[in-house]
Amino acid sequence: MNAEILFEFVINVLSMGSLYALISLGLVFVFGICQLVNYAYGEYITVSGYVLYFLGVFTNLPWPVVFLLGILAGVAIGFFSELVAFRPFRERSLDALLVTSFAVSIILQRLFQLGISPRSKAVPVPAFFNLNIQLFGVITPLRNLLIIGTTIVLLTVLVLIMKYTTLGIAMRGASENFVTARLMGVPANLMISAAFIISGLLAGVVAIFWSARTGSVEPMMGGTPLLIGFIAVVIGGMHSLPGSVLGGYVYAFISNVLSLTLPSSLLSFRDAFMFAIVIAFLVLKPEGLLRGNYQEERVG
Amino acid sequence: MNNNPVLQISDLYVAYGSILALHGVCMEVHKGELVSICGVNGAGKSTVLKAIAGVLKPRSGSIRFKGKEVAGYKPEQLHKMGMALVPEGREIFPSLTVEENLRIGAYGRRLDKSFAADLEDLFNLFPILKERYHQAGGLLSGGEQQMLAIARGLISKPDLLMLDEPSLGLSPALVDQIFELIIELKSRNITILLVEQNAQRALAIADRAYLFANGRVEYSGQPQELMGNVDITSVYLGHNGGDV
Ligand SMILES: Nc1ncnc2c1ncn2[C@@H]1O[C@H](COP(=O)(O)OP(=O)(O)OP(=O)(O)O)[C@@H](O)[C@H]1O
Ligand SMILES: [Mg+2]
Repeated sequence: MNAEILFEFVINVLSMGSLYALISLGLVFVFGICQLVNYAYGEYITVSGYVLYFLGVFTNLPWPVVFLLGILAGVAIGFFSELVAFRPFRERSLDALLVTSFAVSIILQRLFQLGISPRSKAVPVPAFFNLNIQLFGVITPLRNLLIIGTTIVLLTVLVLIMKYTTLGIAMRGASENFVTARLMGVPANLMISAAFIISGLLAGVVAIFWSARTGSVEPMMGGTPLLIGFIAVVIGGMHSLPGSVLGGYVYAFISNVLSLTLPSSLLSFRDAFMFAIVIAFLVLKPEGLLRGNYQEERVG
Repeated sequence: MNNNPVLQISDLYVAYGSILALHGVCMEVHKGELVSICGVNGAGKSTVLKAIAGVLKPRSGSIRFKGKEVAGYKPEQLHKMGMALVPEGREIFPSLTVEENLRIGAYGRRLDKSFAADLEDLFNLFPILKERYHQAGGLLSGGEQQMLAIARGLISKPDLLMLDEPSLGLSPALVDQIFELIIELKSRNITILLVEQNAQRALAIADRAYLFANGRVEYSGQPQELMGNVDITSVYLGHNGGDV
């Protein structure tokens, strides 16, 4: 293997892994606080995607503003879906929450189908996203480097918040032992809102790079990233924020190795191989690569 | 003792699902008092503390804290009003450092000079916490975790400190240390509600005591009377009044 192929491989793994890491991190933020696997998470990405589409097609706003509003849309749908749909059922049971998240997911999909269009819409992508950059002899679109840089910045900010702010420390405490955190005065509603807001923010960032990669938005587009998030989380660990990030990169690594090594006759079975590996993870390391500390306790 | 108790509970019923765990409990705690609750496993001791702290919602009855009816309040509201519960089993945050555990205990407090002074004061009570300040709570020994759990309760300067079996699972030397600490807190005029299975030790330092059995207050009054009453201790606290 020569250096250029290796370098291309590294860039592919890092760019794909960064996107996957952000996706799974958004799932785990909510799971850590509420033990809820939020099936509506994929639709948060879709909502942001449609905002990017509408602003990109029907306005002349500069790209940074479009992106910012797209991300804000993710934040808003995360925040309001929790407030309107999840909060009323929180005291009931985890199953009620899970069913609610299915409902939110399906309702949003139907709203997109009826209110916008069942068919996919082309999302304008800024030209510089697809600008080809030559780096150490490898040609790669700028968006691949942008997602890596964006992820580094986002993860750094999130680590600083979680490590040094009272809110972040309280969120970490609440995800280990929610009831005890409340006994120390940590407000349940604030913790949960914050988790959904961060989840929505990550969905918004993901939407920018996801729609740039696929070039379009459509009502059901949330399914694939949701699945990717699940897989990354299974690999990395459901109870650990660093684990979910690691899971995203490991997923991308395995996926790229398969693409490189599988004979072309088997390449169409790449996903099947991927799922076999995921099943192996579930059997051999059911708690994921990083275990994390948590208490099986209900959010009351 | 003045006429306005810090805590006043009357006719409290608490259930887990359809099973009643407390049947009409009445009790009160006055300012500066150390009140002990004793009783065998399953008597309802932890249940009453959880109900007071808002973790369990009472089915009926009244809980007045500092003169205000608070039955049904959320734990975080009650903490803000000045309650602190050091839960059974310590329940520290294992992957958080000692410092971070204390930061959560101080949630809602400004991190100002008076906070720093209180922290120094806590370090005098628990020197080990200063040594272990940047270590993960889960790496502390059982005794150190209990110190951390108590310190985490104290850092909010509560008007009512509730301790649920602080001596549970500790070596005799550490049990001594915990009880010395409780005496020290009492001398600082902190109002304490102490749940203990180690009845003799708890009764020896208490101003007043309640004996729980099957979710009811079976006896309340002076600890000396309770200790001296052979019938009660043999029936409700085991033949020798609990382990020492
Ligand atoms: N989460 C729960 N679900 C159902 N029943 C419970 C639950 N917690 C406690 N109980 C029941 O309520 C009763 C009182 O329990 P509680 O924990 O208050 O006892 P305790 O006096 O604190 O005992 P211990 O000394 O063992 O801590 C017991 O019969 C117990 O089985
Ligand atoms: Mg108990």
